[in-house]
Amino acid sequence: MSNIPAHFGFWHRLGARLLQTSSWLVLLFLIMPILVIVPLSFNVEPFFSFTEGMLTFQPEAYSLRWYQAIFKDPKWILAIQNSFFIGICATLIATVLGTCAAVGLARDEMPMRRLITAVMLSPMIVPLIITAAGMFFFYADIGLAGSYLGVILAHAALGTPFVIITVTATLTGFDYALARAALNLGARPIQVFFDIIMPLIRPGVISGALFAFITSFDEVVVILFMAGPQQRTIPRQMFSGLREQINPSILAIATFLILVSIALLVTIELLRRRAERMRGIELVE
Amino acid sequence: MSALSSTEASQAASAQRKKSLRAFLFVVPLLAFIMLTFIAPIGSMLWRSVNHPTVAELIPQTLTELQRWDGKTTPDPQTFGVFATELQALAKQRLSGKLAEEFNRAYAGMSSVVKSTARKVRSLSPEELNSQGAEILLNANPKWSRPALWFAIQRAGQPYTYDYYLTALDLEVNLEQGIQVREDTQIYLQLYGKTLYMALQITLLCALLGYPLAYYLSVLPKNRANLLLVLVLLPFWTSLLVRTTAWIALLQTNGIINSSLLSIGVINQPIEMLYTSFATVIAMTHILLPFMILPLYSVMRGIDTSYMRAAMSLGAKPLPAFARIYFPMTLPGLSAGALLVFIISVGYYITPALVGGTDGQMISNIIAFHMQSSNNWELAAALGSLLLGLILLLYWLYDRFVGASNIKLG
Repeated sequence: MSNIPAHFGFWHRLGARLLQTSSWLVLLFLIMPILVIVPLSFNVEPFFSFTEGMLTFQPEAYSLRWYQAIFKDPKWILAIQNSFFIGICATLIATVLGTCAAVGLARDEMPMRRLITAVMLSPMIVPLIITAAGMFFFYADIGLAGSYLGVILAHAALGTPFVIITVTATLTGFDYALARAALNLGARPIQVFFDIIMPLIRPGVISGALFAFITSFDEVVVILFMAGPQQRTIPRQMFSGLREQINPSILAIATFLILVSIALLVTIELLRRRAERMRGIELVE
Repeated sequence: MSALSSTEASQAASAQRKKSLRAFLFVVPLLAFIMLTFIAPIGSMLWRSVNHPTVAELIPQTLTELQRWDGKTTPDPQTFGVFATELQALAKQRLSGKLAEEFNRAYAGMSSVVKSTARKVRSLSPEELNSQGAEILLNANPKWSRPALWFAIQRAGQPYTYDYYLTALDLEVNLEQGIQVREDTQIYLQLYGKTLYMALQITLLCALLGYPLAYYLSVLPKNRANLLLVLVLLPFWTSLLVRTTAWIALLQTNGIINSSLLSIGVINQPIEMLYTSFATVIAMTHILLPFMILPLYSVMRGIDTSYMRAAMSLGAKPLPAFARIYFPMTLPGLSAGALLVFIISVGYYITPALVGGTDGQMISNIIAFHMQSSNNWELAAALGSLLLGLILLLYWLYDRFVGASNIKLG
């Protein structure tokens, strides 16, 4: 290991080596369960484990049958459509309301800031089982249980805290003199928002939207309690699959979800770098 | 310093109010939205945990009659007559099953008593029921003479009650109006204890695994650390269901861990790992580990390495230097991560439900059970409210020690 300095004594050297090994083991622990799913989803047999043939890399031990099974099963197709439809609608609501609120919260003259922030972040803090139980009672009473609207509103509420946090982060250090200058020069408030504030906070808004989307996309407890059979999403379908009859089509859909999360991770990372660059430019100026 | 005239002062104040109002207007839409879609449901759960009018609506007259009852002996014949009449009416409307279920919650074993009695009174005439109610009921089942049973009915008939909280805490009210430890079943306190214990195990495991890794990442050059951080962030972004599925594939009886251990000859027969509390703890540690690593890493990155070098050059041995110089500086990150992991794991539902079996269930799972299977929604609401109280307490601690505004994402 080349990065251990040469002047280290034996014990120090051993310690550094131990640290390195244990860190890699923990990284392995983190990543291995996810990686293991991908090859298993190509299993020709209906098992959740590697067969002899797979371990000796015989081509006939691998197949795409579970992927085909998903695209032939109307339940999975409905679940995929639902996941995206509910996720996108919930994200739109959460992003618009959350961004607007974050702009207000960042103002110095905001009254009762602590209390309001606590209320707005509460959907993130309260355990999902409690949220789901409460929504089950309440949404049934107002006739929204088992409807798309009910699920979308519920998921939007769960997503807003993430939008608030990310947008607030990009707003710290935002110079309101810019907005005042624009107002002085005759811009209408709405123009100020879209032409001055929005371009500066856009990375925060987009990453907040992505967080809100993944929150909805991954959410299953609320769906479990208050959605009807028509609103079954991918995680909901996986949940019943894991409870009732386990077969590798769940692994195939899991592989698809891993690809979705990689795409989101890359987007967030790019946005973060961009935001860092923008802040770097501000500092230079 | 020149004093402001009163008009100037009031102008300034009104301008300030205007500004506050303008800031507030930005927040109003979301505030209203959260109130309607989130706070109101939580409120309805809290309300349901203390308000349960079902029994009061099913047998209102019997409950009025019971107000005359002394609470120590068998109620008078008139009460029996009124109850028999109401029971017949319920049986005819097919509601006696509902009453049986409600009574059974208040007094174990009541379900069959109510159902069999309901069948007997169904065909009798109103006059018979009114005049001979006591004999008919006692013939149908001698349990109707027990004062404890009528006491349970009387309590179940209260539209506002704290009884579900007592049940949730393994307590009950006995005939002498005293609160005592529940005699027949005591499961909930134990379950709260187990939930906290498992959350503690998960938190400790996360700290144990996360601390060295976060330290290792913090001393690497930034580019390399960012690259390795992707391995931490990918699980963080991967669907919870995917990660739980992975642990099922790993831990199954003929799963990956067992078959590899078998093939290298460490064990002779597969170990039962899935559907145990071990499975819950290990899978949740995997799921929550990023919540520990990320705050630790960001704190450790900010620690100047010269402190440790200074301590060592002044003669401190590495271990004492670590314990007395470095470790205290990482405490903010460690406490943030630990509290976050603990708070999240206390209320976790999905993973225990899928990999925990009967042994690895947590308090959330019993709430779901009462919501979906036993249909005891009021008890589920009471258990949920207690859990909510616990979470808010923990979160208050988090806010005091860490600061809620320090929540960062990614």
